Amino acid sequence: MTDTPPLSLNVPEPGCRPGDTPDFSDFVIPRAGAVDRPPVDVDPDDIRDMAFSIIRVLNKEAEAVGPWAEGLSQDDLLQGLRHMMLLRAFDARMLTAQRQGKTSFYMQHLGEEAVSCAFAMALEDGDMNFPTYRQAGLLIARDYPMQTMMNQIYSNAKDPLHGRQLPIMYSSKEHGFFSISGNLGTQFVQAVGWAMASAISGDTRIATGWIGDGSTAESDFHSAMVFASTYNAPVILNIVNNQWAISTFQGIARGGVGTFAARGHGFGIASVRVDGNDYLAVHAVAKWAAERARLGHGPTLIEHVTYRAGGHSTSDDPSAYRAADEVAAWPLGDPIDRLKRHLIRIGAWSEDRHVQAEAQIRDEVVAAQKAAEAHGTLGQGTAPSARDMFEGVFETMPPHLVRQRQEAGF
Amino acid sequence: MAQMTMIEALRDAHEVAMAADDRVVVYGEDVGYFGGVFRVTAGLQKKYGKSRCFDAPINEAGIVGTAIGMAAYGLRPVIEIQFADYVYPGMDQIVSEAARLRHRSAGDFTCPIVIRMPTGGGIFGGQTHSQSPEAFFTHSSGLKTVVPSNPRDAKGLLLAAIADPDPVIFLEPKRLYNGPFDGHHDRPVTSWKKHPLGEVPEGNEIVPLGKAAIRREGKDVTVLAYGTMVYVAEAAAAETGIDAEVIDLRTLLPIDLDTITASVQKTGRCVIVHEATKTSGFGAELSALVQENCFYHLEAPIIRVTGWDTPYPHAQEWDYFPGPVRVGAALKTVMES
Repeated sequence: MTDTPPLSLNVPEPGCRPGDTPDFSDFVIPRAGAVDRPPVDVDPDDIRDMAFSIIRVLNKEAEAVGPWAEGLSQDDLLQGLRHMMLLRAFDARMLTAQRQGKTSFYMQHLGEEAVSCAFAMALEDGDMNFPTYRQAGLLIARDYPMQTMMNQIYSNAKDPLHGRQLPIMYSSKEHGFFSISGNLGTQFVQAVGWAMASAISGDTRIATGWIGDGSTAESDFHSAMVFASTYNAPVILNIVNNQWAISTFQGIARGGVGTFAARGHGFGIASVRVDGNDYLAVHAVAKWAAERARLGHGPTLIEHVTYRAGGHSTSDDPSAYRAADEVAAWPLGDPIDRLKRHLIRIGAWSEDRHVQAEAQIRDEVVAAQKAAEAHGTLGQGTAPSARDMFEGVFETMPPHLVRQRQEAGF
Repeated sequence: MAQMTMIEALRDAHEVAMAADDRVVVYGEDVGYFGGVFRVTAGLQKKYGKSRCFDAPINEAGIVGTAIGMAAYGLRPVIEIQFADYVYPGMDQIVSEAARLRHRSAGDFTCPIVIRMPTGGGIFGGQTHSQSPEAFFTHSSGLKTVVPSNPRDAKGLLLAAIADPDPVIFLEPKRLYNGPFDGHHDRPVTSWKKHPLGEVPEGNEIVPLGKAAIRREGKDVTVLAYGTMVYVAEAAAAETGIDAEVIDLRTLLPIDLDTITASVQKTGRCVIVHEATKTSGFGAELSALVQENCFYHLEAPIIRVTGWDTPYPHAQEWDYFPGPVRVGAALKTVMES
């Protein structure tokens, strides 16, 4: 026994820290088109290898190649580019608005635009997303008014959530976007319940759950997987692996072993990985998983491999924990740039048109921002009534809340 | 009218609600084929099918979380947590999600779910089969919390809870499942089959949430109780000869303040009784409400008789459980001061 060396605790570390040279050389990227496209009724056991590869469509030359390259017209792709550019411009304006004190808080999607924008276009009206705080593309791509999003961010008099929620915690039943909660992971299992309800009701609608790499460590991730698997729920379970959970690299959430998608195997859930910066790949995989769910073949787990190019939030400074040029070294590039190059390659776009579009989109966002700011910004101008704070806790206000509202002077 | 135990009355409420509304779905651990470890859901799967009543994985967060998703879809889930002692893994979903959904989404999404759970001690359940966690729920804005004490109320309150547009925590004192219990553990237990409150109306007759019931009218002292403690309080009144007015709160939140204040303003004295631990228990809220609303009518300090601030013990069950002797002593104390 005396020969036994002392044990030590393994605490994983990211490949590089501030001041280090970013190195993604151990990050294995299959070439575009290399991963097979199985039928939607495939037995999850038959595609186990897909949880360890990455479905990619756009190659280095910006060509769409392989079995997942199909189904999107030039118009669809141009629309997709526009959605991603819109989301990026929206983010930029709101980031600035936060810096100007017009709102308390904002979170960008920089580098992750393809994930939510492409995914949204694979769904049908009536399907329900259970997003995190970093999938606003699900709203943008389905034409939710930008000005309404800004009203929410500003907590102004036109805020559809009456100033009750932190900025970006949107809710729109009509647009298939479930109310965002600050508590991580909770919505992942709620999505499964919504999908179970659709199945119980003999409906054809499906649900999608969303979670980040860090939050897969939450218990609700496990709950969602076991319920989705047990009841064969028509749900798509999306893990957005952007490598970072605030300051914590994704290895802390999984011990550096396997992939996030591989976790689906233990539950018998069809599990795939997709290049999250490849609009065509995200869309194709979403479409496949949606069809699978809609036809009753069960849940799909999708790991979207991407990179959080911006800070975690306006309250975060990533230079304190990661190399500033890590984003430039990220091997899957930038989703807007990659789709733009593809569109140029197929003759549907040009650098000039891109520059024009950027300007036009910026003007649209600014116009929406002006319209929103006319209704007030946080603490400036008109605001939701304080009386409203007491409303909606219950459908009918119980006596104790009536008394408190009167006590508060409203 | 039919004579029922509390279990049968709860089962009947499920039957009535499921027959009336296809959106009502029932699930939880062992709830489906087997009919529940306490038989509350017996036969429902056979009658309504596996898509309306089914077994769930042992995962309280999953049971509550999926129910929230189902409610957002438009169903009316009635879910079971096997013992209230095991609700804690589901607390994030209950407190952060179910309770807040209507408010945070400004009514865009709502959460009409009922979370049933057997509660309370007096059954040699030890630490994890005896707890009374109601104060965790009453402290969470957006939840309604209900504790029936007899078969008639159990059915009517459960039907009201299922019809309610907001999440309801439905705590069922398992000690009362088969018959009333006054804390005299050394005496034979009677069945609901001979008790007037075991007479349960047929059909969809609700007992409204937020309304207390006066179980024993009296003029000397008001006893605020719920669940098993209602019978303990009645026994203590009978045994001390003190003319106590025993109020069965039935719904803890929203609380029936009018019935409470009218009684205490009449009697001038108040004893609060619950099984749950004392510190920051629901009794503290009741005491504060009585003090705020009845201060000038009070002739004695408000007394709380509760479980001790310890985990619920096994061997020391009857030293922990606030029985008729302790409640009787409190009645005498409040009358003498």
